[in-house]
Amino acid sequence: MATEHVFSDSAAKVASAAPAEFETEKMSVAMGPSHPSTHGVLRLQLELDGETVTHCDPVLGYLHRGDEKIAENMTYNQFVPYTDRLDYLAPLANNVAYAIAVEKLANLKVPPRCEAIRVVCCELARISSHLLGLGAFAMDTGAWTVFMYQFTEREKLYKLFEELTGARFTTSYTRIGGMSRDMPEGWTDRVLAFCEQFLPILDEMLEMLTRNKIFVDRTSGVGIITKADAIAYGLTGPNARGSGVTVDLRKDRPYSGYEQYEFDVPVGVTGDSYDRYLCRGEEMKQSVRIVRQAVKNMPGGAWYAEDARKIFAPRKDKVLTSMEELINNFMITTEGPQMPAGEVYFEAENPKGALGFFIISKGGGVPYRMKIRSPSFCNLSILPKVCKDNLLSDVVAILGSLDFVMGECDR
Amino acid sequence: MTASADVTAALQGKFPQIAPRASGDHPAINVPLAEAPAVLTSLRDEHAFDFLVDVTAADWGVDTSPRFTVFWHLFSTTTHAYVRVAADCTSDTEPVAPTVSDLWPAANWHERETYDLLGITFSKHPDLRRILMWDGYPYHPLRKDFPLAGIDTPLPDLEVGDLTGATAKPAPMMGGPFVASAGEINLTDAEPRAKDESWTERREKPASE
Repeated sequence: MATEHVFSDSAAKVASAAPAEFETEKMSVAMGPSHPSTHGVLRLQLELDGETVTHCDPVLGYLHRGDEKIAENMTYNQFVPYTDRLDYLAPLANNVAYAIAVEKLANLKVPPRCEAIRVVCCELARISSHLLGLGAFAMDTGAWTVFMYQFTEREKLYKLFEELTGARFTTSYTRIGGMSRDMPEGWTDRVLAFCEQFLPILDEMLEMLTRNKIFVDRTSGVGIITKADAIAYGLTGPNARGSGVTVDLRKDRPYSGYEQYEFDVPVGVTGDSYDRYLCRGEEMKQSVRIVRQAVKNMPGGAWYAEDARKIFAPRKDKVLTSMEELINNFMITTEGPQMPAGEVYFEAENPKGALGFFIISKGGGVPYRMKIRSPSFCNLSILPKVCKDNLLSDVVAILGSLDFVMGECDR
Repeated sequence: MTASADVTAALQGKFPQIAPRASGDHPAINVPLAEAPAVLTSLRDEHAFDFLVDVTAADWGVDTSPRFTVFWHLFSTTTHAYVRVAADCTSDTEPVAPTVSDLWPAANWHERETYDLLGITFSKHPDLRRILMWDGYPYHPLRKDFPLAGIDTPLPDLEVGDLTGATAKPAPMMGGPFVASAGEINLTDAEPRAKDESWTERREKPASE
């Protein structure tokens, strides 16, 4: 006798026969704080209905070091190394933003050579930061190769940084009113050589993603941020521009001589993850353009403001020979540079967005209050809205496309 | 300062209590706290300051009154101008400020941070929780009476704290090894050094009193 097989009624069939109002239970999942796609220590407390995110609550603060409190307890000069540790993927850009903010307070004008060096620094930092953002984004969406490619390029950049500043990572290159030193001889040629070989490699990297079906499927139409939302949530940088907000502080409120350089600001149309990726890719090319112009027209002369010598450090030879300078040197170290009282706010177009320093000074060498407006913090504040109703796997793509760094977010 | 006067003049018709505020750069205005949301709405809708850059506050010290001032920085994505709006909190012990998170969702996190670090409560805020420090942390670290080294507090995870007896200890070498003092004091005191060298990582902190 043939036995009756129950296999004909598969589990799938049983499931489909279940009543439509089958009750589901929502699941709470903690994504992070040490999840590879959260790029640091961000925790997303997700509420899932199946694979769909119904609620997202970002939990921050794992990297909070109290930078603002520390700033209130040390002199302006001493805080420079702390700025390295904000957006630690673009320390040079942070150094410059901080220096300009304090110079604004001190009413200090830096010479053109200093400004041009700073522009080169900022743009190289932007390339370095966008490269990592791009590589990590690609890796999160399943393309490993780009990550290896970009790390090779970043290594070349780090060599240049090391030559320039003496450090690969924590550069602390700027001083209030200048730089810690001039560029080494032949450095600009090596920067140009880097740019020369970088562009084809960048094209190759972008080629691997731009028309890659997997990448486009994972990112196109995912995590759409409308222009109105981008403004309402305070998004800046490529994240805002990806949504069609034409704000770039380098163009809108030029600082450090950005008005002299010709460059375009790429702007997205749909505001999805793919557009943000395209913006970053194009921005790197524009950065190369700026670097080339800055290097070509590099002005001669001093690389620090003469007035700034009484702010960061008198010349060493004078310290050793002149009593006044020795006393001055001692005073700068002990009491800090004497700043006027006042309130200033300056923000610079950093790789991640607008990094702002709001300094309240009551005079003296120590800021009374310093608020750091970090772009990553603001950019992440849209997460609850943009992650909602997306698939869990899309959250990874959205996080990658927002390109944040927790050192800056948590301060 | 003239820029501050311009903004003040533009707004004064509607809000007579506005006064220009001293500023090192962008135009700045002082507004009464209760009117702040209305002024900010007006700036957003009628003066094209559509982008909320930042919400923060300053603590002017325990003995100062008004002790807390809330700051808003606005930016215009069309005219590319900034404006700073400042309002003093009326209470020195339990400062309260009105929320603007209904005007700009961006304010949500900024206000949570200000609440977390400075202890300013934003009334009608939809979700006023700590954001950088952990839930249940008892202090507001950016207040001027909070020491730089920190204060001994239970661990965020009470269970772990109970099991191990560990606490979030103040940083040894409080004040840091290279911290200068602000204000008018003599040079010997102002010299950057650890302010309290009686205890370090290696040496236990002497029991107080």
